[in-house]
Amino acid sequence: MKSYDILIIGGGPAGLSAAVSARENGIERILILERDKELGGILNQCIHNGFGLHTFHEELTGPEYAGRFIDRVKELDIEYKLNTMVMEISGDKVVTAMNRTEGVFEIQAKAIILAMGCRERSRGALNIPGYRPAGIFSAGTAQRLVNMEGYLPGREVVILGSGDIGLIMARRMTLEGAKVKVVAELMPYSGGLKRNIVQCLDDYGIPLKLSHTVVDIKGKQRIEGVTLAEVDGKGKPIPGTEEFYSCDTLLLSVGLIPENELSGGMGVEMNLITSGPNVNESLETNISGVFACGNVLHVHDLVDYVSEEASAAGKHAAIYVKEGLRSEEISVFAATQEEIRISAAVQEAPAAPAAVQESIRIAAAEGVRYTVPCKINPARMDEMLKVRFRVDRVYKNSYVSAYFDEERVIHRKKQIFAPGEMEEILLTKEQLLQFPELKTITLKIEPQCEKD
Amino acid sequence: MFEYDVIIIGAGVSGAAIARELSRYQTRICVLEKEEDVCCGTSKANSAIIHAGYDAVTGSLKAKLNVRGNEMMEQLAKDLDFPFQRNGSLVLCLNESDMPNLQMLFERGIANGVKGLQILDREEVLKMEPNLTNQVYAALYAPTGGIVCPFGMNIAFAENAYANGVEFKFNTEVQAIRKLEEGFELQTDTGTFRSGYVVNAAGVYADRFHNMVSEKKIHIIPRRGSYCLLDKSAGKHVSRTIFALPGKLGKGILITPTIHGNLLMGPTATDITDKEGTNTTGKELDQVISNAGRLVNNIPFRQVITSFSGLRAHEDGAEFIIEEPEDAKGFVDCAGIESPGLTSAPAIGEMVAQILKEKMELKEKDNFIVTRKGILDPKSLTKEERNELIRENPAYGNIICRCEMITEGEIIDAIRRPLGARSLDGVKRRTRAGMGRCQSGFCSPRTMEILARECHLSMYEITKSGSGSEIVVGRNKDDWETV
Repeated sequence: MKSYDILIIGGGPAGLSAAVSARENGIERILILERDKELGGILNQCIHNGFGLHTFHEELTGPEYAGRFIDRVKELDIEYKLNTMVMEISGDKVVTAMNRTEGVFEIQAKAIILAMGCRERSRGALNIPGYRPAGIFSAGTAQRLVNMEGYLPGREVVILGSGDIGLIMARRMTLEGAKVKVVAELMPYSGGLKRNIVQCLDDYGIPLKLSHTVVDIKGKQRIEGVTLAEVDGKGKPIPGTEEFYSCDTLLLSVGLIPENELSGGMGVEMNLITSGPNVNESLETNISGVFACGNVLHVHDLVDYVSEEASAAGKHAAIYVKEGLRSEEISVFAATQEEIRISAAVQEAPAAPAAVQESIRIAAAEGVRYTVPCKINPARMDEMLKVRFRVDRVYKNSYVSAYFDEERVIHRKKQIFAPGEMEEILLTKEQLLQFPELKTITLKIEPQCEKD
Repeated sequence: MFEYDVIIIGAGVSGAAIARELSRYQTRICVLEKEEDVCCGTSKANSAIIHAGYDAVTGSLKAKLNVRGNEMMEQLAKDLDFPFQRNGSLVLCLNESDMPNLQMLFERGIANGVKGLQILDREEVLKMEPNLTNQVYAALYAPTGGIVCPFGMNIAFAENAYANGVEFKFNTEVQAIRKLEEGFELQTDTGTFRSGYVVNAAGVYADRFHNMVSEKKIHIIPRRGSYCLLDKSAGKHVSRTIFALPGKLGKGILITPTIHGNLLMGPTATDITDKEGTNTTGKELDQVISNAGRLVNNIPFRQVITSFSGLRAHEDGAEFIIEEPEDAKGFVDCAGIESPGLTSAPAIGEMVAQILKEKMELKEKDNFIVTRKGILDPKSLTKEERNELIRENPAYGNIICRCEMITEGEIIDAIRRPLGARSLDGVKRRTRAGMGRCQSGFCSPRTMEILARECHLSMYEITKSGSGSEIVVGRNKDDWETV
């Protein structure tokens, strides 16, 4: 069986950035497995600009952004296999994959970085009633047909869901000659970035109907129209508010789901809110040496954050591999009782707290849906750690607070928190070391406090 | 004389089973189907289960053919290579006061000839299926109940019939039938066909054709049933088919694993008038979810990947009609085939073939092909066998549908084989590509490319399910060019 130090599942933005970082942190034997015919993942179909403002301080298109990382992967001579599907990963890090030229093969890895990305929630997952004709596409499928293959999926379009892909596709379909009649959003707020609402809907006069959903789909062969209705506070359609829109296309942009079937299969513990793995400060899952980053971990809105997160995963995987090498050397060396004593002494010095100190839990409380990571081992964390989270609804003029057990340590005001925009707080190692008994850090959204 | 001895209207599971049984004999058979493929009506949207046979009234045709069909299933699944498994079924009794009804079902089952029936008490049932509601008081256990791939069975019958010389004409809708001195003339939207005998296996439309030739009218109500299908991650929530005690409109909402490992819940029962009314409604889907939740605890409803509805062909007499009308000799009805129609299909095939064999004095062929090989499933191979296959044909190393792990090789097989797939739905029913949790989001553009290449079609001609369901409508900016 072939073996590698780090095996990266997925050659999209997360996998590419993780690979570059792992190599820059000194790991030689890295392999990326990519199921598509080229590296870059979903960025290849994101031909609009707006990528890379944080990473490169310039505006790039998706393929350009991916190109930067692909170039780097090639410069660094990192191995990758295209058109290769990973079929199974075992708990002891044996990856079974398949492609046309090598058939089914297995690879043993020391560390694995999960970077499989996500899929779009389908119509079925929403249980939208009506017929099941042609002309219903997830926004990403339509994006692929239009941007990569040049085909127009339809001419009169209704979009359900105001996720970013849906907003981007509203503009794209308009530019390609289709009429986008309306974007309906179930929630009272958009799931997409503000800038996309302005640049993709407002600029083209496309109406956004909040608190609306599709209650019926008409058309036996090809879709002929949809009925929209307003929904109440519980998301239930309000009778009497139905309105029919004729259309030949319904695009769905109703959420993304991390693709964790492989992770689940190998025994990685999942988070019910994110549908991604639970990870610690090193972005390591409950299986030691298995890391996760990008949209397979939790769905991001900016690729820049994916790259940053994946880079951290790559670095921590590199550290894991190097530590593993060190402990292997030690265990070979420690053949006698005496030597074991010596090695214990050696280990004690720099790395000891890592294994000993208990992790601090990060809890998501009022207003915070989840956090990534959800636990921290202060001994292992970098000087600074970004904890990313999402809020459960729109909050105006509120605070994000972090309680270190009972004590409020962070209390930061923000004009607006929205579920569509990923938030973050910074924790420093220095801060945490001041709380040696710390068990739980609780994140909350708090209204303006009377004390302030 | 005529170009065909027998014309069968409808390529659903009944029509295909009849075609297959008749193809044992020396006779010229043609199947006319209004859709673009086999298995496009009732046969494609149902519970996909093989009933044990305790439901139907003793002595009825439904009871007889159910039990017979159930018995035939094992051997047929082997001969024709379609997926079938006896997972057993449980009818739950939630109140002590309903026990007489459960007892009645048990006794009826015995009278119908169902083997192995047992009444289990609460503890025994919960031990068997720990996720059942705590309300369960007792259950009827039928070990002969099973699950099947309805597409697989329908397609297998059709392919085997084809191999034995039966002709299939798709996209051919029968519009009128005229009794001739001898035989019949069928007018369709693609031409006129004559045959000595006609088999009416037209599902919800069977009354229309019957009433064209007979004065003894029948009446079929499309009875709509909606279902929710859950992801494979929920497929082991129960391992047997779970029913409630039957009510007035049928057997109620059931929860069952499917043969491919998903979890299926449904159907509702709504009598409608539109014979094409296969839309779901919010009300019906809510009903599926709430009723299923009454039988089984903690169903992971978040894992629903699709919902659909199908129409049962309910005849007013609530019985299968498999006979020649008095006033239309040579015309054999196969009407009112609602549940347990899928289970009964092989027995229906036998029965109709027997009727025609006697009437037409048919002689058996000496070269009848009994078996048929399904699409090769590489997952059933060892690693070595699979690698050998990929070496011979690298398309088997190329995954197209990542949710169901379906390779290009399987899709090509589905397209190239006789009566092959011509649409995305056709590929889906044969291979399961697009049937998984992303519901074809990722694979549909790639399957379209393969269909276009293999069938020498342009991408504009690729459909979801036949003409009128084209998927892409033009090129980017083509509207600008014409301005």
